Amino acid sequence: MSEQNTNAAPFRVPTCAELMAEGKSPDVLFWVGCAGSFDDRAKRVTKSFAKILHHAGINFAILGTEELCTGDPAKRAGNEFLFQMMALQNIQILNGYNIRKIVTACPHGYNTLKNEYPDLGGFFEVIHHSQFLLQLIESGKVKVKDDVFKEKKVTYHDPCYLGRANNVYEAPRELIEKLNIEISEMKRSKEKALCCGAGGAQMFKEAEPGTKEINIERAEEAIALSPDIVVVACPYCNTMLNDGVKIKEKQDKITVMDLAEMIAKANDL
Amino acid sequence: MISSLIFILVFSSAFGFFLFRVSKIRRNILLGRSAKLEGSTAHRLLTMLRVAFGQSKMTVRPVPFLLHLFVYTAFIFTQIELIEVIIDGVSSSHRSIWHWIGQSGFGFVYTGLINFIEILSVLAFVATIGFISRRNIIRLARFQKPELKGWPALDANLILAGEIFLILCIILMNSTDVALQYKGESVTTGTFFISNSLSSLWHNTSASTLHILERIGWWGHLVGILGFMVYLPYSKHLHIFLAFPNTYFTNQKPKGQFTNNEAVTTEVRLMLDPSLPPPDANAPIPIFGAKDVRHLTWKNLMDAYTCTECGRCTSVCPANITGKLLSPRKIMMDTRDRLEEVGRNIDKHGKDYTDNKTLFDRISEEELWACTSCNACVQACPVNINPLEIVMELRRALVMEQSKAPAALNAMFSNIENNAAPWQFSPMDRANWVQEMND
Repeated sequence: MSEQNTNAAPFRVPTCAELMAEGKSPDVLFWVGCAGSFDDRAKRVTKSFAKILHHAGINFAILGTEELCTGDPAKRAGNEFLFQMMALQNIQILNGYNIRKIVTACPHGYNTLKNEYPDLGGFFEVIHHSQFLLQLIESGKVKVKDDVFKEKKVTYHDPCYLGRANNVYEAPRELIEKLNIEISEMKRSKEKALCCGAGGAQMFKEAEPGTKEINIERAEEAIALSPDIVVVACPYCNTMLNDGVKIKEKQDKITVMDLAEMIAKANDL
Repeated sequence: MISSLIFILVFSSAFGFFLFRVSKIRRNILLGRSAKLEGSTAHRLLTMLRVAFGQSKMTVRPVPFLLHLFVYTAFIFTQIELIEVIIDGVSSSHRSIWHWIGQSGFGFVYTGLINFIEILSVLAFVATIGFISRRNIIRLARFQKPELKGWPALDANLILAGEIFLILCIILMNSTDVALQYKGESVTTGTFFISNSLSSLWHNTSASTLHILERIGWWGHLVGILGFMVYLPYSKHLHIFLAFPNTYFTNQKPKGQFTNNEAVTTEVRLMLDPSLPPPDANAPIPIFGAKDVRHLTWKNLMDAYTCTECGRCTSVCPANITGKLLSPRKIMMDTRDRLEEVGRNIDKHGKDYTDNKTLFDRISEEELWACTSCNACVQACPVNINPLEIVMELRRALVMEQSKAPAALNAMFSNIENNAAPWQFSPMDRANWVQEMND
């Protein structure tokens, strides 16, 4: 459909190595992250975001197979050795390509690259894709149709590592408002937002014994608003809330969507 | 004369005892390792003014905010009245400040202030009744958690009962004094509206009885305050002082930035580059993470003494909400109780004594692994306590000192080591999504 029209030329996402071989360097590095690279649901977000970058004519690149885990899950699980092993290697690679600006669709990578790499010698301007997308729209590089989500009811789930951890509450909300949608806020939102249950390396283990799974608690709160879309800004939240909505058998009525997917859709990308 | 001597004796011994306990608490806090302070003094002062003095984080919950505001302002302004109590006590005089101010024509300031204190006292009385019923009648969920059973619940009620006692003494003192004024038996001040209306209670009481009641109120008030001062360092109530330094020393960095373990950096750099000079062989072996209170920073330990066990942290903790064992408040209480234990050991056996116990005797692995590191507890604390930092330090000790990570996390670690991703995917497939877009 329209996808083929806008992207007639083969889609190219260059790696830093390829650009270097051509004697070029990217203006911004897209840090894809492990979930964005390997998780099927998160890969759809990665592709949407790459399409937007391509569409906006951004000179960007990825590290490709040179990208390593930021070390975030290791650090939150208490394995500082492993974290620093990954971080020091990544910093060496990033500094080798003289990277100055990084954009990522993962709040965990965002937090780690932005806040924890400087102590280890990695100094980058790091922005979350919600902030980057907002800049693209505000500078006119990306235009959005304001009728694609007409009459859709949405709620937004704050990722802990974007919200409380880094005080980014408004960029994702402003971005949603650009789509001409009003957000129905959950009672626990912004500073008071409830975790999806995946942070602190919980994504990689079973929860401790309790009365409920955290993602169910959060999904129920979202479902209570009966939205059409639950907007997320983190691949882990995406998985957790998707699972929660499915377990509550609401997947036919409620879609869990990342901000990048919404902007891509509002652009027919 | 004799009453002056008794006053000076009672007051100075209570105050001396208070200072003695404070010095122990200070010593205990300083058992912690050094903490890096970042951010400007101005920024720190602003944080203290906003959060501790201005109660900014209390406003999230309007009802307890208002109740607490009454007690807080009453507490601060009653200290002004305490100055007069001390002067009167030392000099065996009565309403000495009134005499002094009244003669210089500013009696209305005194009258206004006492009226203000009386109004605050009545509001504080109402608030304290509110607090007692929230704990014991309404039984709010956050006051019924397992870690509050026994002593902590009694501790809270004792403090609230003490407040009621203090306020009743102030009211008894002032209302009997006003009744005496009507009988021409006491120095006439301006009108105190609340005492004035209450003084009608004493209409039929003889002047001699009123004099005794007034003294009971005065001494009761004094003994109440001194008793509170002696009790305070044993209670959970130190936040009335520690809230100020604790907010001043708040970490000014983003909440998502966890501390960098520098001992680890040295080792990892050596691993990655064997040509670097080896570390000093005589240097003490660093401890990775924290097994006991001495491995935490002094700020973590100050946090523990500052905690007043309100449980806002626990009531927003996703793990606790969903029935897991973890309660951030319990982490703080366990840290403080362990620190007190270490302090008592030092008092008894000297500073190098070890009892072979650690924080892990109080905090279980199950609690620690339930944390999602979401920072909700840190955000919720009205006095900027950080339970998450302690959880993380304990996790570090579990993983790096004791190799005690859950099996699933060990699998995640080895995936990162071998595949550079927490899942078992080949690193060569990392950019496959690019190809998929053109398929």
